[in-house]
Amino acid sequence: MNEGQYFHGPHDPGLVLGRKAQASPNLDIKGDIILYMESVSVSFDGFLAINNLNLYIEDGELRCIIGPNGAGKSTMMDIITGKTRPDSGSVWFGQKLNLLSMSEPDIAQAGIGRKFQKPSVFENHTVFHNLDLAMAGPKSVFPTLRARLSGEQREQIDEVLELTGLADLRGRQAGYLSHGQKQWLEIGMLLMQRPKLLLIDEPVAGMTHQEMDRTGELVTALAGERSVVVVEHDMDFVRSIAKKVTVLHQGAVLAEGSMDDVQRDPKVVEVYLGEATC
Amino acid sequence: MQERERIFNRPSLQFLGLLGVVSAAVTAANLGLPEGSMLHVSTYAVTLLGKYLTFALLAVAVDLVWGYLGILSLGHGAFFALGGYAMGMYLMRQIGDRGVYGDPVLPDFMVFLNWKALPWFWFGFDHFSYALIMILLIPALLAFIFGWFAFSSRVTGVYLSIVTQALTYALMLAFFRNEMGFGGNNGLTDFKDLLGFNLHTDGMRISLFLASAAALAGGYLLCRVIVCSKLGRVCVAIRDAEDRARFIGYKVERVKVFVFTVSAILAGVAGALYVPQVGIINPGEFSPLNSIELVVWVAIGGRGTLLGAIIGALLVNYGKTYFTAALPEVWLFALGALFVLVTMFLPRGVAGLLKRKEAAS
Repeated sequence: MNEGQYFHGPHDPGLVLGRKAQASPNLDIKGDIILYMESVSVSFDGFLAINNLNLYIEDGELRCIIGPNGAGKSTMMDIITGKTRPDSGSVWFGQKLNLLSMSEPDIAQAGIGRKFQKPSVFENHTVFHNLDLAMAGPKSVFPTLRARLSGEQREQIDEVLELTGLADLRGRQAGYLSHGQKQWLEIGMLLMQRPKLLLIDEPVAGMTHQEMDRTGELVTALAGERSVVVVEHDMDFVRSIAKKVTVLHQGAVLAEGSMDDVQRDPKVVEVYLGEATC
Repeated sequence: MQERERIFNRPSLQFLGLLGVVSAAVTAANLGLPEGSMLHVSTYAVTLLGKYLTFALLAVAVDLVWGYLGILSLGHGAFFALGGYAMGMYLMRQIGDRGVYGDPVLPDFMVFLNWKALPWFWFGFDHFSYALIMILLIPALLAFIFGWFAFSSRVTGVYLSIVTQALTYALMLAFFRNEMGFGGNNGLTDFKDLLGFNLHTDGMRISLFLASAAALAGGYLLCRVIVCSKLGRVCVAIRDAEDRARFIGYKVERVKVFVFTVSAILAGVAGALYVPQVGIINPGEFSPLNSIELVVWVAIGGRGTLLGAIIGALLVNYGKTYFTAALPEVWLFALGALFVLVTMFLPRGVAGLLKRKEAAS
């Protein structure tokens, strides 16, 4: 198949990517930092999953987070999205939004999108309706009861369909998509939310090399207008997309820098790269 | 591709048409034809049909929360019974001084218990409009409060089912007590009039039957409006992947409370129409067994289709009427066997079978 046909095809991805991301009016990113995690700790039954973690994500950057199993990568995502509350520390989205005092839907509405490790789409809905459900906008009971698609909204869905290469499958029930297509649909759903910060958990697990390349292109295309944080095990994939890498170990940051710097760091070699696939 | 499902899709139109035709035919055959005629429909049969229609509305209410939102309520009989009690209280006040004891205000059971005055919660029930509001309000209020606590503490799945079961059981025990002021285990009965018209005339029976048919059509359409809207798709999304829906930004608890409350109102209306037709309401209606049985109707008909719930309620209740007369000791076994067989061989119920036939042809 044609390389890049899906993401740089006849339709210009810039249309969607250039669209202003929907940010909460309270989101203030002066100082260019969009996410602050400071001295965050959380333990489960005495096991310290996150240990005094400090992490800063810049506006528009693409950050990869790696680390051995149990390093606290998923827990970190859970904390940012409000699923897990830390025992101590602070987490701010921009200068003004304290994520620790917000519920999961509020955090999502404020502009943080999350892609789960397992592809998780609404299997009984069509591709089109999956994107429609994810679309930014009012999501409380009565507005959704009365919701009608406007022309502009329909255009937005069409653009994301083109971008993710799912245009021909718009009427297909999501449950019948292949693994890779589900992953792309889920990324498309995140785009519909127009988040300012995208958290992506292991996007290429279980993908073929071809699918992996396309996913890499998609993910790099997304950064810039929004910040993207990718948690990934696959080192080849990380090397192909990463500018800046953070290595987590036992719930804390072990090293941070370019892929080359990180790989040369003796501490990292010892705990992770030495024993792993590299 | 269909972007929105139409509220009046073909099966809906067929159902509404059929309901209209049958209602008109039954009315004509009951009032228009002499009793000896072959095609005469007896008033007994009319009342039986009216009762089935209220059960069908109740089943639609259960399907809305179970089939579309994944909430398996094993306590929906409680909302049905509460609507029934609200109607029963109005009918008791309508009796006036024609009771056995002839008290102009107090219902017989209160005189029997030596009560001197009407309890405060019986005030207003002499007005039909007040009773009508209570029929809608009481089940809605209970569902709202119960749902608010249960859903916001994220009680789901089998645990929620058990809590709903406990709810209806607790209400049953409460209503059994004489001191509650709802007639204890005898409940409310000996009704005479509704809106000043004698309940026992053919015309009244037909009116109640037609009101039940209209309520079923209205309730069905209300549910269609919900399930065809974006909110309906949000419900299915919550049913299939609750966490995902939450991370997309939907307030899952509020959606659940809203739909659960709508469903309780429909159940209450069904109960209110049921009571004048059967002529009695007692705490037995709160029995957990009733609530479980009505879930079986929906399962047999096919959940998540609304029409399936109606088919299931009509089929099972017709079967119940037939078997409890012909072979009374067999009925419960037959119902159990039916449930097991349908679960094993027709996981999508009778409606699923019909859909497959349609797809094949």
